[in-house]
Amino acid sequence: MSAALRWPLRAVLLGLAVFVIFGPLANLLIWSVAEAWFWPNKLPSQWGFRFWEVVFRPTGRAMESLWLSVWIALLTTAASLALSIPAGYALARGRLPWRPVVLLLFLMPQAFPSLPVYINIAQIFFAFDLNGTVPGVVLVHTVHGLVYSVWIATAAFAAIEPELEQAARNMGAGAPRTFFEVTLPLAAPGLVASAIFVFLESLDEFTGSFFVGAPEVRTLPLLLYNAAAGGNIQIASISALILLVPSVAFMLLVERFLKGEVMAKLGR
Amino acid sequence: MSARLEIDRIETSYGATRVLKGVSLDVAPGEFVALLGSSGCGKTTLLRTIAGFLSADAGEIRVGGRDISGEPPDRRGMAMVFQSYALWPHMTVAQNVGYGLRLKKWDRARIDARVNEILAMLKLDGFGHRNVTQLSGGQRQRVALGRALAVEPQVLLLDEPLSNLDARIREDVRHEIKALQKSLGITAIHVTHDREEAMVMADRIVILDAGQIAQVGPPETIYNAPNSPFVAAFMGATNVVRIEAERSGEAIVVAPGAGNRPARLARPGPQGFARGKLVAHFRSEAAELADAGADFADSLMLPGRIVQAAYPGGVWRYSVAVGESQFLVDAPEKRALGDAVAVRVPADALHLYQAGAS
Ligand SMILES: Nc1ncnc2c1ncn2[C@@H]1O[C@H](COP(=O)(O)OP(=O)(O)O)[C@@H](O)[C@H]1O
Ligand SMILES: [Mg+2]
Repeated sequence: MSAALRWPLRAVLLGLAVFVIFGPLANLLIWSVAEAWFWPNKLPSQWGFRFWEVVFRPTGRAMESLWLSVWIALLTTAASLALSIPAGYALARGRLPWRPVVLLLFLMPQAFPSLPVYINIAQIFFAFDLNGTVPGVVLVHTVHGLVYSVWIATAAFAAIEPELEQAARNMGAGAPRTFFEVTLPLAAPGLVASAIFVFLESLDEFTGSFFVGAPEVRTLPLLLYNAAAGGNIQIASISALILLVPSVAFMLLVERFLKGEVMAKLGR
Repeated sequence: MSARLEIDRIETSYGATRVLKGVSLDVAPGEFVALLGSSGCGKTTLLRTIAGFLSADAGEIRVGGRDISGEPPDRRGMAMVFQSYALWPHMTVAQNVGYGLRLKKWDRARIDARVNEILAMLKLDGFGHRNVTQLSGGQRQRVALGRALAVEPQVLLLDEPLSNLDARIREDVRHEIKALQKSLGITAIHVTHDREEAMVMADRIVILDAGQIAQVGPPETIYNAPNSPFVAAFMGATNVVRIEAERSGEAIVVAPGAGNRPARLARPGPQGFARGKLVAHFRSEAAELADAGADFADSLMLPGRIVQAAYPGGVWRYSVAVGESQFLVDAPEKRALGDAVAVRVPADALHLYQAGAS
């Protein structure tokens, strides 16, 4: 392609990307400060921070939902790490004949349409009195998060040369000590990546929370949904913007910690 | 801190594939043994079995008389230098070297002192705070060696630690390792597939062939009296000529053959040999080129033509076609391609084996 053509094309593509990413954002931003905006006006007729105030009011539902969401996301992250570290290590190191089957099994929840899956889960949870409880929601999010975290943990452990562990054994370290002083630190970047991912997935998760948690456990996405369904687009926009904060933080973290080296390891 | 290492009829397999087929070896305290063999013959497998990363199907391994076959790798008192070095990238040079001492619960000051001592010994002063990923191959190799030496192991296992190094550094490191091992008096097994490396470093050489020991002995014995065609070829006697001969007292009489003239060699030939086919191995540097018609006493003469010449330095290396076969012969004088010559192999340069016995 000639240079004369390339530059305009790039500019157009870039412009499109900016529009696709920032168009909706701008819309959200405008809605969040629109106190009155009626069709067919192009812009709100009345501007102000009234709805922000409503959301951030100490007694407001939104802040409560945000902290609940963060708390659930933290518990989910802890639970999925606690499961995916041993599972990933066993899958990466053990010479299991059915290893591919197990790895596929972890993909199963993703293979089916999520709605029937969650309705079924909700029914099972009902039997255990888990519906409408934080542990129930955490459990659903963990099952969802494990799909990714087990795969990422397996890749992170598989990327570690067994000789690095053997060298520690050779120097006199027992198996547990070798795991904590050599294996785990070397797998840490991959595990951190999977933890961040699970955290954000949990923060965002809607379907499972809806069927298992609602109406008692009201996470931020549920609040957002309620607000939007109730026609309160301002509250919905502000909730969406709040949800955006951790995602942006994640991008920055990825930038800082997951330099080429780690990604290359994951790819192996 | 050196100990006797006894390897007693060790057999090791990967799945159904038996790789070590009964290996026995006695290494004296402070002795340096080179384990030499071609790629895939089981050298690494033997080291890993000794270190405890693989469990033997049969046999015993004893250190200082104590059977350690059932012990996990961390309780064997061995230090291994891996071919890949296996340095921990999340630790500095000093942390790598001091790791074994930390496991022994030495206090910080004592570890620091010892690590500095080791780094100085390996000419790595000032590298303690470096990340191991910032080191050259030769430096990494020395860190790996330092990590193994720091714990003053009873037995040091070296798995081709020099194979990743440039030829020039390799020479230096050979001498360093040998000098360190001697001054510390450590029992060592050094795995290599480099014949010269084994020759210059070892007190004793063990030749491993397809999971079995082919020959054990001091370097000069292995070099001058290889006990089988395999060992002879492995030690560089790669020219092979088949002859018919008959024993006559303390000499053998060689019948004229496809490539060779008749000859009388003043040596008895292989043990128990009376008459029949022999396989003779000789080195390119142990043979000479003579003029086509020349005859020498007590030598095997192989008349032929020069088909190739190269100058690797010092002497010329000629490829001489004799009948169906070709021989490599070193000679100081320059000759032309196509020249008719005779390869002269003095009787004592021939390694003779009965044909059929391998
Ligand atoms: N992990 C393994 N699984 C199966 N076979 C192996 C494994 N490691 C080595 N082998 C086989 O065992 C034989 C000996 O290997 P090795 O001891 O590494 O040889 P060397 O170190 O002498 O080159 C080879 O034929 C190799 O293919
Ligand atoms: Mg090897």
